[in-house]
Amino acid sequence: MNTNNTTSTHHEHRDDAARKMGMWLFLFTELLLFGGLFLVYSIYRYLNPEDFSNGSHHLDVFMGALNTMVLITSSLTVALSITAIQKGNKTLALRLLAATIFLALVFLVNKYFEWGHKIHYDLYPGTDLFKALPPGEGLFYVLYYFMTGLHMLHVIVGAIILAVMGKYIKDDKITKDNYVLLENGGLYWHLVDLIWIYLFPLLYLIH
Amino acid sequence: MENHKHHIVEYLTNLYVWVGLAVLTIVTIWVSEFDLKMLTVAVALGVATVKAVLVLMYFMHLKFDSKILTVMVIVTLIVFLSMIVFTFFDYTFRA
Amino acid sequence: MNHSIPSGGFFDNEGKPAWLAWLTTTDHKRIGLLYFYSLTVFFLVGVILGLLMRLELINPGKDLVEAQTYNGLFTLHGVIMIFLFVIPGVPAVFGNIALPLLLGARDVAFPKLNLLSWYLYIGGAILALSTLLVGDGPPDTGWTFYAPYSVKTGTNVSMAVLAAFILGFSSILTGLNFLTTIHRMRCPGMSWFKMPLFAWALYATSWIQLLATPVVGITLLMIVVERWLGIGLFDPALGGDPVLYQHLFWIYSHPAVYIMILPGMGVISEIMPTFSRRRIFGYKAIAYSSLAIAFIGYFVWGHHMFTSGMSGPARIIFSILTFLVAIPSAIKVFNWLATMYGGSIDMKPPMLYALGFIFLFLIGGLTGLVNGALATDVHIHDTYFVVGHFHYVMFGGTGFAFFAALHYWFPKIYGRMYDVKAATRAFWVLFTGFNVLYFPMLVVGMMGMPRRYYDYLPQFHLPNLISTVGSWITVAGLIYMIVVLVKGYRKGATASANPWDGLTLDWQTDSPPSKENFDTIPTVTEGPYEYK
Repeated sequence: MNTNNTTSTHHEHRDDAARKMGMWLFLFTELLLFGGLFLVYSIYRYLNPEDFSNGSHHLDVFMGALNTMVLITSSLTVALSITAIQKGNKTLALRLLAATIFLALVFLVNKYFEWGHKIHYDLYPGTDLFKALPPGEGLFYVLYYFMTGLHMLHVIVGAIILAVMGKYIKDDKITKDNYVLLENGGLYWHLVDLIWIYLFPLLYLIH
Repeated sequence: MENHKHHIVEYLTNLYVWVGLAVLTIVTIWVSEFDLKMLTVAVALGVATVKAVLVLMYFMHLKFDSKILTVMVIVTLIVFLSMIVFTFFDYTFRA
Repeated sequence: MNHSIPSGGFFDNEGKPAWLAWLTTTDHKRIGLLYFYSLTVFFLVGVILGLLMRLELINPGKDLVEAQTYNGLFTLHGVIMIFLFVIPGVPAVFGNIALPLLLGARDVAFPKLNLLSWYLYIGGAILALSTLLVGDGPPDTGWTFYAPYSVKTGTNVSMAVLAAFILGFSSILTGLNFLTTIHRMRCPGMSWFKMPLFAWALYATSWIQLLATPVVGITLLMIVVERWLGIGLFDPALGGDPVLYQHLFWIYSHPAVYIMILPGMGVISEIMPTFSRRRIFGYKAIAYSSLAIAFIGYFVWGHHMFTSGMSGPARIIFSILTFLVAIPSAIKVFNWLATMYGGSIDMKPPMLYALGFIFLFLIGGLTGLVNGALATDVHIHDTYFVVGHFHYVMFGGTGFAFFAALHYWFPKIYGRMYDVKAATRAFWVLFTGFNVLYFPMLVVGMMGMPRRYYDYLPQFHLPNLISTVGSWITVAGLIYMIVVLVKGYRKGATASANPWDGLTLDWQTDSPPSKENFDTIPTVTEGPYEYK
């Protein structure tokens, strides 16, 4: 945003608690954004239990589990990165952030193969195969694409945010005494993890 | 209300939480192999919720931050869950 | 008499060109005014569309426009009025201007984010209006975008829906900003229960903005994806359920009704004690009732769907909850009236508009109960009774509260006073016009005239004729009011810092306030309305 025109209104007074609260409030909106999809999922699952179960059987549990571990681990690395910066260990913080972003990329590559595999077999809305599916199963896949797609978008945004945080650490804009930005970036990343913690069983495990 | 000291979550604490999350992930996959009938959804979501609470409390520092944040999270969850419950009032009783 | 536009206080551009100083400002008062000016423009566009609709309905049969054009008119009238005027209205304009002043703060918690909200608002507004000019014509679905029609129609629904999405995001950011501001930036001594009631109302509103808006965001995204990819989420042929769309839509849009009315109620709670010279009656009851309305209001959305095929028990539950929400609303009305009792009431324009609000909101609220009762709703659903009802609440309620706030804070904002007598006359024209315009709708709705048609049966002619005449009086009142205010802005006498003898902190600083609001941050020792 604009940096050159802020004038004397801004005092050197910083309210970290306010910034953190702002971030949490934003996370609530993210939660309810996905919440709408969870609602649609639960209603259609209730109306088409058999079809949803069949659809779920066709997802690769191994891939889902792998991505779950990847995300959990990335959540760990970002949490450790915050601890590191709080203890004044800039190098370690940077390395842990880099690891987080690397794990985000691993997640995306996995998803690419997962989606690619389905699309290769014409399993997406609009194809003849898809139209021949029972309606409930079609809805299941639509929701699968919609929910994991939106989640994927958040993974990408989260990775970008963390990259920017890395830059800030490098430039000493985030330091031992001023790390709320990194905490907020971390919060966003954990939310991405939280959503996945629910998406994984709902889509892959509940047969 | 300003200077409450910032709690640092130790490296090891974070690591323990990660181990907990990993174990729970394995548990939930393992359990899904069995046919629990009615309980399938409840168990899967229950395990997920335990994981979520771990992430919220430790990774997201809720346990150490101002209590007002925890209250806000709970209110948000209540609103979200009620939204689902109230919609089900319609679908459960459809003829 | 001054003969130049206001320039002191926060109007000082500090050497920058005016357009640059305004478009890059992070001052909450300037952002509030940016909202005010843009909002007024969209409001007037909405008024013109409404006027055209009333003109078409002056006689049975086609007078002015074709059916399809009429469908576009009422859709855009709804979209513009709801998303561009009523929802942002009081909070984005007067919340922005007054909240930090009332709290004794220098600004909101996130000033840059605040400016971003305005830009998002403008972006969404431009997108919404451009549906008129590009693509296959303006959407014809009504502002509710009900599936499956919104998925099938060839008109420019995708763009309108994306516009609503962006506007929603703007609204969320404003809510987030206010919540953090109220939590973190109250001046020393201002505990929660020493906070002015407008701030309480904004607090409750902001929670709804935050927790309800994302749901409609994702729902509208589903509509767009549905239109582009035909995924069938709401298409019965593909297993979807159109009624689920209605659930999702109203999960946001009913709480949104409280986004519209709660800040207005907050304004009234400021004006009542100031112009009655009495401590507000039942401070805590009013504060808590704001929270109660916000909370209960989240769970009554089903009353929009009584005739949609929802299950019986769900209808009964939603109907009961709807009655419950009337309780906190009534608590507010009783407390306002009790505040006036024994006070020395000063009938200045802000007070007149506030009383107008109470009268019109009472009609709007009570007709709302008629809609909320299952049995009667089946009869009046989708008739003009509903149109009459929500105009009484939205325009008579929120609109009049907006005008009340405008007349109340006008001298604070501009440091000028408008012609009080002329403003009083304008009020009476507007108030009369309003009732002539909307009351016949309640009657003709009871007679069974359906809404959303450009034509009607001959037996409905007289009430429609009266209503159309009322629309002219209303517009005359609006024009009169605007003329009076613009005159006050350009040539009004200098207003003192506290022309109404208010006790809240906004009146304890200059008019117009300086950029920093206060020379030194005030300290509060007693409640906001301690008239002795």
